[in-house]
Amino acid sequence: MSIERNTDIEIRLLIEAIYLKYSYDFRDYSGASIKRRIQYALRQFDCKTVSALQERVLHDPSMFMQLLQFLTIPVSEMFRDPEHLLAVRQEVVPLLRTWPSIKIWIAGCSTGEEVYSMAILLREEGLLERTIIYATDINPSSLEKAKQGIYSMQNMRLYAENYRKAGGRGELSDYYTAAYGNAIVDSSLRDNVTFADHSLATDSVFSETQLISCRNVLIYFNKTLQDRAFGLFHESLCHRGFLVLGSKETLDFSAYSDKFEALVKPERIYRKS
Amino acid sequence: MNGVQAIALGASAGGVTALLTVLHALPPAFRIPMLCVLHLPDDRHSHLAEVLGRRLKRPVHEARDKEDIAPGTLYVAGPGYHLSVERDHSLSLSQEERVHFSRPSIDVLFESAADAYGPGLLGVLLTGANEDGAHGLARIKQQGGRTVVQDPSQAQASTMPRAALALHQPDYILPLNGIGQLLASLEAPEC
Repeated sequence: MSIERNTDIEIRLLIEAIYLKYSYDFRDYSGASIKRRIQYALRQFDCKTVSALQERVLHDPSMFMQLLQFLTIPVSEMFRDPEHLLAVRQEVVPLLRTWPSIKIWIAGCSTGEEVYSMAILLREEGLLERTIIYATDINPSSLEKAKQGIYSMQNMRLYAENYRKAGGRGELSDYYTAAYGNAIVDSSLRDNVTFADHSLATDSVFSETQLISCRNVLIYFNKTLQDRAFGLFHESLCHRGFLVLGSKETLDFSAYSDKFEALVKPERIYRKS
Repeated sequence: MNGVQAIALGASAGGVTALLTVLHALPPAFRIPMLCVLHLPDDRHSHLAEVLGRRLKRPVHEARDKEDIAPGTLYVAGPGYHLSVERDHSLSLSQEERVHFSRPSIDVLFESAADAYGPGLLGVLLTGANEDGAHGLARIKQQGGRTVVQDPSQAQASTMPRAALALHQPDYILPLNGIGQLLASLEAPEC
């Protein structure tokens, strides 16, 4: 029992130290998950205690950047949850068209798969040229990968299958070049994409938007931080703008549940009411 | 056995039948909340909660992120996400890497529930063909909770209960009907 108690104290101290030194705020992340991430990092860095890890992180910024890779969870796919993107194409795109220019915020874009999926969808719908996409994340390494748009060919078979199920009008291979076992995404897809460092925990709204996609990010936040994020989204979205969440995420337990209405509830597509 | 605030259950191969056998023994007014991970194929939608709810005639929900745990309800983990319990007795989902090739993983549920409930948790590990759940059950015991393992000689797949027994000595080793009776005899704490 007392060892566990010590671990809990050390984790709080580590998270506080990270906040004070590096301004990354994990204080309102879901406790169970952050504890597992830190314990996993302990094994990777061969640290016996969280205090030992804290000493290294505090005195060596490169160590913090390594730890950050464990604290964030880069799970992503192109055209992930195809039914979801099919619903975006069928239910949201016809309404998006009615705006002369469109701004989209992909919050927590990780390594960019979702950004390129959205860009491909918009190009096929003839909207990409009048759209600006803001793709934000707290992890600089993930953002760098997102900007490069280079993915392993091994995953492309799955992504191509997803693309077809999501209502793709051509072939996914129309949008990348294969080289040395990698798929290099057509760079014109990111002509209108701005990649930026942004934290839902500490930063504020930077633009008015018509659509915000934030998928499988909020599950790592506690209710307080979820409500902060929903507050930012509510402020950023224009009148009747769209919010899309991950397939297991919901506004139901949030203070903002009555400020949005469900457009396609099973696909977590909401509209500002 | 007094003071059980929550029950965490884990099972894999043969788990639906085993779970139904155990939970059929519970009285309709049973108030202790139950949390369950049953290994599932990675489909996006699962009908497990509906099936269990219909067969057991009690409230069964697929666990939702940030939902508060309510008395008398069975929460089952949906496919593709780990299920955890937070210190404030709410649920959270995550997509961290698989544990024992599984997401949801029994270890993840058990370890987080052990932290959240301490001595107030009862862990139950049933039939299964891999070793998920063994570490989590040991953690429940270590945090002061009670543990039950299905008698491996009577389990449809004995790997999972055997792995648990190799790691720690549970409070009970019982066949399914014995586990059902044990749970039915628990009383929910006064609220």
